[in-house]
Amino acid sequence: MLEAAGLECVRQGRALFRSLSFSLSTGERLRVAGANGSGKTSLLRILCGLLAPNAGEVRWRGEKIDRLKEEYSRQLVYLGHAPAVKEELTAAENLAIACRLAGFAANTHDALARLGIAGDVAVRKLSQGQRRRAALARLVVSAQVPLWLLDEPYAALDTQAASTVDALIAEHAARGGAVIFTTHQETGTTQARVLELHA
Amino acid sequence: MLDAAFCVVRRDLLLAWRRKSDVATALLFFVIVTSLFPLGVGAEPTLLRAIAPGVIWVAALLSSMLSLSRLFAADHADGTLEQMLLGAAPLGVVAAAKAAAHWIVAGLPLALIAPCIALQYDLQAALWPVLALSLLLGTPVLSLIGAIGAALTLGLRGGGILLSLLVLPLYVPVLILGAGSVDMASAGMGGEGQLLLLAALLVAAGAFAPWAIAAALRISME
Repeated sequence: MLEAAGLECVRQGRALFRSLSFSLSTGERLRVAGANGSGKTSLLRILCGLLAPNAGEVRWRGEKIDRLKEEYSRQLVYLGHAPAVKEELTAAENLAIACRLAGFAANTHDALARLGIAGDVAVRKLSQGQRRRAALARLVVSAQVPLWLLDEPYAALDTQAASTVDALIAEHAARGGAVIFTTHQETGTTQARVLELHA
Repeated sequence: MLDAAFCVVRRDLLLAWRRKSDVATALLFFVIVTSLFPLGVGAEPTLLRAIAPGVIWVAALLSSMLSLSRLFAADHADGTLEQMLLGAAPLGVVAAAKAAAHWIVAGLPLALIAPCIALQYDLQAALWPVLALSLLLGTPVLSLIGAIGAALTLGLRGGGILLSLLVLPLYVPVLILGAGSVDMASAGMGGEGQLLLLAALLVAAGAFAPWAIAAALRISME
């Protein structure tokens, strides 16, 4: 489904990784591991098309992603370091807007309930972990989106929320979706293939 | 596609509504700057009438620029901009929607309030519609051109100053045509020529600027 061929990433004159190749098939979970600064986030940004690799290419179902553009964007969910929620809006408004921008409608109430977030409170009033949960609610509504790219999905979460994320990832893989995620924690790593990045 | 555009416009207007002070600041800046000139230059009616179009237009340029640096910076900081880049709609459409929302918040109020400002300069009542119309046609161009600069300077240190140096020279044609239309009308020659040229600028900017904004955003996000 997703193929990376000979990827190279150079940041500030230093090569983070060279000739990195792997492929991901349906229902597979891939955990990107490596020390801080080894290029995990850069790899994820390359895979979702936000960053152009210095060499190599990423192919989605055999076609290069820079040719597919929005057609590829529609097939993926990217959860970055920043939670991508607006502080002035409520969690429900944030989620509804994210869905409309991604091009589908969804039941925001159930999604937020699953992560234990009240939809009608401005995100500004939520704690760091709760903001993270509000961001993760996007995963619940994105069941139909085949590829999930998650950058540190477990950061700032308590054990209960972390197990919810575990369950979401497992459900998605069982559905035939593919998940690539980075994490330092050992949770959720049991059934995932590991890709080790060496700086 | 249009759904995404409406969604972005609605979102930005909602954000502006929840942060009313930002909107009020830019508008009050416009009112105060234009009120300072009669105080500084003196209450000579012929002089005031002569400088009115230029002063009001320059104040409109500066006021519209005040909120430009925040146009993409806030979305960049909280990660929502990345999500827009990865959205289902082409980035140019989203960029156009962002510029449109900026105009509704920072440009449209200037055009509406300009006739009241013109009172301070003893501008004839017949010129008020020309002034308002020139601002109505010109300020969207300012938002569109300004958004290109805002996208290019995104994430740079001291980006605010750089943005004004980059964008203000590009505002010159709009300033000349906008102020010129009121000058021509007051000289009794009718400002239609300048207004039509402003409209042409608006059409051209509306057609090309969104794609330039999108390209600049992609470069800045790398």
